Amino acid sequence: MKKENYTISAYTENNIGLLNRISSIFSKRHINLDSLTTSVSEIKDVYRFTIVVQVTEDQARKLVGQIEKQIEVIKAFYHKDEETIFQETALFKMASKLLFEDREIQLVIKEHIAHIVTVTPEYFVLEKTGSRQEVELLYDRLEPYGLMQFVRSGRIAITKDKMHISKILENFSIASS
Amino acid sequence: MQTQTAPAKINLKKKTVTGAEAVILCLLEEGVDLIYGYPGGAIMPVYDELYKYRDQLHHVLTRHEQGATHAAQGFARASGKVGVAIATSGPGATNFVTGIADAQIDSTPMVCITGQVGSHLLGTDAFQETDIIGISTPVTKWNCQITKAEDIPTVMAKAFYIARSGRPGPVLIDITKDAQFGSLDFEYKPCKGVRSYIPVPTTTTESILEAAELINQAKRPMIVFGQGVILGEAEDEFKTFIEKTGIPAAWTILGLSALSTIHPLNVGMVGMHGNYGPNVLTNQCDVLIAIGMRFDDRVTGNLETYAKQAKIIHFEIDPAEVNKNVSVDVAVMGNVKTTLNQILPHLIKNDYSNWLKKFKEFQTIEHETVIDSELNPSSGNITMGEVLRHINEFTNGDAILVSDVGQHQMVTCRYAKFNKTKSNITSGGLGTMGFALPAAIGAKMGAPERQVIAIIGDGGYQMTIQELGTIFQTRVPVKIVVLNNDFLGMVRQWQQLFFDKRYASTEMINPDFVTIAKGYRIEANSVSERKNLKSAIAKMLSSDEAHFLEVCVEKESNVFPMIPTGASVSDIRLS
Ligand SMILES: Cc1ncc(C[n+]2csc(CCOP(=O)(O)OP(=O)(O)O)c2C)c(N)n1
Repeated sequence: MKKENYTISAYTENNIGLLNRISSIFSKRHINLDSLTTSVSEIKDVYRFTIVVQVTEDQARKLVGQIEKQIEVIKAFYHKDEETIFQETALFKMASKLLFEDREIQLVIKEHIAHIVTVTPEYFVLEKTGSRQEVELLYDRLEPYGLMQFVRSGRIAITKDKMHISKILENFSIASS
Repeated sequence: MQTQTAPAKINLKKKTVTGAEAVILCLLEEGVDLIYGYPGGAIMPVYDELYKYRDQLHHVLTRHEQGATHAAQGFARASGKVGVAIATSGPGATNFVTGIADAQIDSTPMVCITGQVGSHLLGTDAFQETDIIGISTPVTKWNCQITKAEDIPTVMAKAFYIARSGRPGPVLIDITKDAQFGSLDFEYKPCKGVRSYIPVPTTTTESILEAAELINQAKRPMIVFGQGVILGEAEDEFKTFIEKTGIPAAWTILGLSALSTIHPLNVGMVGMHGNYGPNVLTNQCDVLIAIGMRFDDRVTGNLETYAKQAKIIHFEIDPAEVNKNVSVDVAVMGNVKTTLNQILPHLIKNDYSNWLKKFKEFQTIEHETVIDSELNPSSGNITMGEVLRHINEFTNGDAILVSDVGQHQMVTCRYAKFNKTKSNITSGGLGTMGFALPAAIGAKMGAPERQVIAIIGDGGYQMTIQELGTIFQTRVPVKIVVLNNDFLGMVRQWQQLFFDKRYASTEMINPDFVTIAKGYRIEANSVSERKNLKSAIAKMLSSDEAHFLEVCVEKESNVFPMIPTGASVSDIRLS
């Protein structure tokens, strides 16, 4: 079976130790996480793990089964790239003199629709949000000028279809009241 | 908004207690009257309360924390209740890990309580601080650290609910010392649900109907049942199911005793050392009905050649088990007690006499080549099988047998007779040597009216032999049979078959087991001659007290049939 990018989204209670529980599901099976992001979600007090892995669909399904089995996970899903809208953010720190001495770099920034976050006499910080490929393209253009620092975030993704988490939680509170 | 006419239920029982006392009160609220454990610094406040509540809550001091977990497991598996074990932080907590992992893989409901250093010391590498939450995470159904006394009742209630609901499992609660010393207004509300947790998945009518149709149309159906039948308390429904349909049923070792071993439709054990017929016929049936089992690799052998010709129906409570190892055609989700009841009205009886005849034929072959000489040898050393034959004669299938891990375990599962459920207690998924002795203590306490016999190898016995001290102190009347072959027999068997008889570190120079047992004031006996075997077993079983019996058996005998690792179930070897 073919390995592909899968985005796994898990809606969870905020629980200390849950990250450990979820990451051990991957490490136990010797699967590398391409990226992992945790954040709040659209629902109050419900958190969201967004995990990207290169696996077969069968593996993705089993991973989601194991994740969902954890007590504090409300629901987990897996999606292929075409089923999600996803982005990553990168920050570049570069010497300020480049910005003033080299016109070219300003063109690169414009062309790649990157934002200057801050400028100090010594350095400036550039932010680029987009697909992995877009970030990499900009990286390749800027790298020859010398990067003082570079960092890229994990993927964040929104699915095209509905997640129905509120419904699950509503059903629970109706059943238990 | 509600208008307050009467004050909303003031709880008069509400009283201010310490966290440590709250732990005891929670256990009492959950109906616990027996726990296993070992004290130490970080759990002393709870032990102090145990002393005060000793009339209501009995604490059994095991001789090692691993023993406490296995005893709690044995108690849970014999009684169907949640087993409880308690220990101190650091080494006490880490000694719990093997038992917890065993309970996790064998779905045993257990609540483990550990003390922890004061919350201000967490993360400082304080004396006896270990991150037991981190360590136990992959082997617990749920775990939680409590740092505030007022959290104790809700967390404890949740722990018991999670441990026993759905597919049961172990839960670990780690309580810092300051939380034990702190105070709270105690009020206990049993947990009725956790919003992110669905213990029992919903059953769809379609799955019931699809399964029924497949079953009714089958010409050569076969059932493989596991512990789900016992955990779901579905023994009656299961028996009705097979009797109504007439379908032969084989078991995994954890399913053993859910159905009487002498039931005419009980066709024996599947898996590595299972019976010839059900293993071979797994690859000839047209519909395989898996009930409360999880297609463990010891059961399936090579998956590439496992029941490929069959339509597979899986009755299962845990969604993560469906399509995990074996792809199934119909998954019937839910507690098997409910789903078996739901499917019953849709099932018809068919005539499978030709199909059943095949099981008989294979059974005859197995009998002639393996079983007869194992159970009824006329010369040579005592065999493990004949010990089981004698035990069967005396117990009539009424006893609980607790086996350890190795050859004696396979022989016990293959040859023991059972006519009551919850009678076969063994470490299945983890294969934990050292399980049986402490588990037998727990089993006897969980089912005091029943005869409990531990059957252990000379290797595994010495892994938790210290629990003889627990037997001595509690006077729990368990029977201990050590089948002594002076070898780590199962490993030796593999060395003989697959490593050209290079017996690397499997020979054991053993101590005088009888003297050791006597040192603990336990009646003890040893037999090595056939003519003395029966009377020695009779003596052991007629005693009202704990009794130890060493049986010196053939040193280099092998357990057959056997599916070599990686081979197909139908390539099972008879020799
Ligand atoms: C804790 C542990 N360590 C190692 C093993 C590997 N192992 C499986 S069976 C076995 C031999 C058991 O020997 P014994 O207890 O004498 O029983 P026998 O097979 O001779 O009946 C060993 C070492 C195990 N299952 N558990």
